[in-house]
Amino acid sequence: MPKRVIVVGGGLAGLAATIRAAEKGISVDLFSVVPVKRSHSVCAQGGINSAKNMKGEGDDPSIHVTDTLFGGEYLADQPLVKGMCYAGPSIIDLLDRMGVPFNRTPEGHLDFRRFGGTLHHRTAFAGATTGQQLLYALDEQVRRFEVQGLVEKYEHWEFLSLVLDGKGEARGITAMNLWQREVRVFKANAVILCTGGPGLVFGRSTNSIINTGAAAARAYQQGVWYGNGEFIQVHPTAIPGADKLRLISESVRGEGGRVWVPKDPADRRAPTSIPEAERDYFLERKYPKYGNLVPRDVATREIFHVCTVEKRGVEGGNSVYLDITPPQSKKSPEVLEEKLGGVLEIYRKFVGDDPVKTPMKIFPGMHYSMGGLWVGYRDEGSMIAQMTNLPGVFAAGEAEFQYHGGNRLGANSLLSCIYGGMEAGIRAADWVKSHSDEAPESVYTDEKKRQDEINDSVMKMGGKENPYALHRELGDWMTARCTVVRDNAGLDELLNKLNELEERWNNIDVNDRSVSANQSFGFTRALRDMIILAKAMAKGARMRDESRGAHYKPAFDLAKPDGGKIGNAHDHDGYRAYAAEIAAKWNTTFKLPEKSTTPITPEFSAYMDRWIEIQKQWNRTTIAKFIPGQQQPEISYRDVALTVEPPKPRIYK
Amino acid sequence: MPDTISLKIKRQDSPDKPAYWETFEIPYQPNLNVISALMEIRVNPVTRDGKKTTAPVWDAACLEEVCGSCSMLINGRPRQACTALIDSLEQPIVIEPFSKFPVIRDLMVDRSRMFEALRRVKARNPLDGTYALGPGALVHADKQQEMYTYSRCMTCGCCLEACPQINEHSPFMGAAVLGQAYLFNLQPAGSSLAGERLDELMGPGGHGDCGNAQNCVRVCPKEIPLTDAIAAIGRQLTWHSIKRFFTDPPKKHKEVQPQ
Repeated sequence: MPKRVIVVGGGLAGLAATIRAAEKGISVDLFSVVPVKRSHSVCAQGGINSAKNMKGEGDDPSIHVTDTLFGGEYLADQPLVKGMCYAGPSIIDLLDRMGVPFNRTPEGHLDFRRFGGTLHHRTAFAGATTGQQLLYALDEQVRRFEVQGLVEKYEHWEFLSLVLDGKGEARGITAMNLWQREVRVFKANAVILCTGGPGLVFGRSTNSIINTGAAAARAYQQGVWYGNGEFIQVHPTAIPGADKLRLISESVRGEGGRVWVPKDPADRRAPTSIPEAERDYFLERKYPKYGNLVPRDVATREIFHVCTVEKRGVEGGNSVYLDITPPQSKKSPEVLEEKLGGVLEIYRKFVGDDPVKTPMKIFPGMHYSMGGLWVGYRDEGSMIAQMTNLPGVFAAGEAEFQYHGGNRLGANSLLSCIYGGMEAGIRAADWVKSHSDEAPESVYTDEKKRQDEINDSVMKMGGKENPYALHRELGDWMTARCTVVRDNAGLDELLNKLNELEERWNNIDVNDRSVSANQSFGFTRALRDMIILAKAMAKGARMRDESRGAHYKPAFDLAKPDGGKIGNAHDHDGYRAYAAEIAAKWNTTFKLPEKSTTPITPEFSAYMDRWIEIQKQWNRTTIAKFIPGQQQPEISYRDVALTVEPPKPRIYK
Repeated sequence: MPDTISLKIKRQDSPDKPAYWETFEIPYQPNLNVISALMEIRVNPVTRDGKKTTAPVWDAACLEEVCGSCSMLINGRPRQACTALIDSLEQPIVIEPFSKFPVIRDLMVDRSRMFEALRRVKARNPLDGTYALGPGALVHADKQQEMYTYSRCMTCGCCLEACPQINEHSPFMGAAVLGQAYLFNLQPAGSSLAGERLDELMGPGGHGDCGNAQNCVRVCPKEIPLTDAIAAIGRQLTWHSIKRFFTDPPKKHKEVQPQ
């Protein structure tokens, strides 16, 4: 059988995978629901991280590793995080060589800015449309391989299912042409799923409206594990809208933007007329060291708390000011325009106000899924990095769960997409070299028949529910009960609701029998997959009785001691024993700082004791398995690969 | 303020069927755009006259005007539907598919000719490989800003739709691709393919087909100075053709072959 790799998804991860496989001389069939230049990667605004240390701050990939692990509250498998952070500088060089118009210093070097969760200038950027610029650069390289005949693009084709043989190994995919509803089988012994995030499961989010999560949900229903589904990043700064929540990049804060509310909640003056002394810069007040650049989960919870609990939002509603007006930002309006133009333009076009003249009004919005298809973290035994539990099925980008643990740091996603995509591409190319036998024809024809039957039955649906109305209900429920604050009673209600929605799905009226570009049909089919994926997220959240990263359950939150009583974890004997235990388990050694001579407070000691217990129980990866015929997924846990450094309490000051 | 929003939509069931019009009314809400209005219609696809119909079909993705998907003619103007704010539009809002591209269904059209044009003019930078070769060339900040301006083109097609030279009888590739050719001729690595790029632009559908109507620059949602690029490409072509008159055709640039 000819050596071919199938890549599903034409965002950064998919294109990076395609380039790497094609560079190895392997033919690639690349599938995308939209022309690849329109993939959701275009929406990434702020930049891409890499510890190139070009501002003389002593930055280093090892610090990038620690920031990423700490920011994700140590839930990430560490070998791949290390690989990504160390590859960061050479990936930036590669993108630079590809012609990405990164912003420049006066001498002509790459410029770097600050982002959340780090104290270094580590983020390279192209204005405020970095994702768009990176995507176009990779698209251009793929076009070269297209001309050479190594890559065949199938745009406006939707992935329907994996073709798996009797042993559960990849043999290809079935896909559907969205313009003519034709289902076809495509053969390949390696498939890389780079199908992005599941924003539409939450109704409105910062995601593009093509990000249904349906492709990942389909692979999940065919046996791919879904990892850490409950970890959903809600971005602190978005503009609410009826059609979507528009992202206002973290780079606004990286360039000096400050978050505040009036000290007096009844203050109705225009923000520019409120004097400095009457403003509460609550992030700076609570986190003097990181200020407005605390990680996203922390900033989101603080903004959410100020608005929904303290009722101190602007004009009593759900918004706070994000202020980049001079002199808040020390930069001139011209420089702001150069560095943030794309974001400022979005605010001007959609809200009508000029952020350089008056503060923006923002509120958190669902943004990114740290969870996703489970993939291996290194090549060891039967495990292959970026390969799922099904042999020959790989995944990369937001569709998979690696790299970000419980919370992703800003500007790490573009890096993880490109790095993960390249790693997947190379391994898939190797895989097809050693797995070149062809499966019996029935493996392909059976799967095609199964898909045709599903399509036929969906086309006939003539009940009473409108698919788009049902989708709104799904989004409202998921947003209310499975985002910023979670509690078990609410999650139980949510799981019941999801069962109800799945039942009601059967009663949808597709209302469009056309073969030609039938979106109602396509959306209806995807909606069922979204509901099933929502259950993996909700069930994971229900089962995880702790707070970690973006998963915040107040009933199980471990209160941190007061500021003055916080000591160093390495001064606690129990912690040193815990770290040694992990080192022994992963066959490594950790170098902890020497114990200091001043004793830790009893409060901190008690906190550490409890913290260690929680780590032992919960610092584990959630695995959701789909069981056919069962209403809910089966949840189990896997140890996190702690090979680089031991977890420590995540306290930002 | 009216309490409803009225939208008149040009529909077509498939590429070979005739077009027809349907009018919809949805309850007024402030701050909607054309996309959120179309979303409202599909939750209850019933025309103003109470006729049950199918949900209109349209392309959209990012809704932040960076993906280029949701191009439509809105009150006669080619633009992105996501940034077409209802409160600033005269009603009934007339929504049509682009007329210079084949209709797939309703408001969805086939813009693949634009991507083919990008292939044709070699809109890319040569690259030895993805392995570590150190950083690229130093780039002056002003030059970066100029490249960035053209690199924001999202292949939306507004400039083609507005161009009087684009029609069934013309092979003109349109302003977007001329802007991209200019961009890649600026690029440190991309400029090595400038000769081949200009050769393509001397041929049918190239620069010579531009009629200088300047509609492109007026409708570009990203305000890309397309006419500047077209003029610059014109000057490059003049020198290129003089050079070509006295010398052999340029050697074809050798691209790296796969391993």
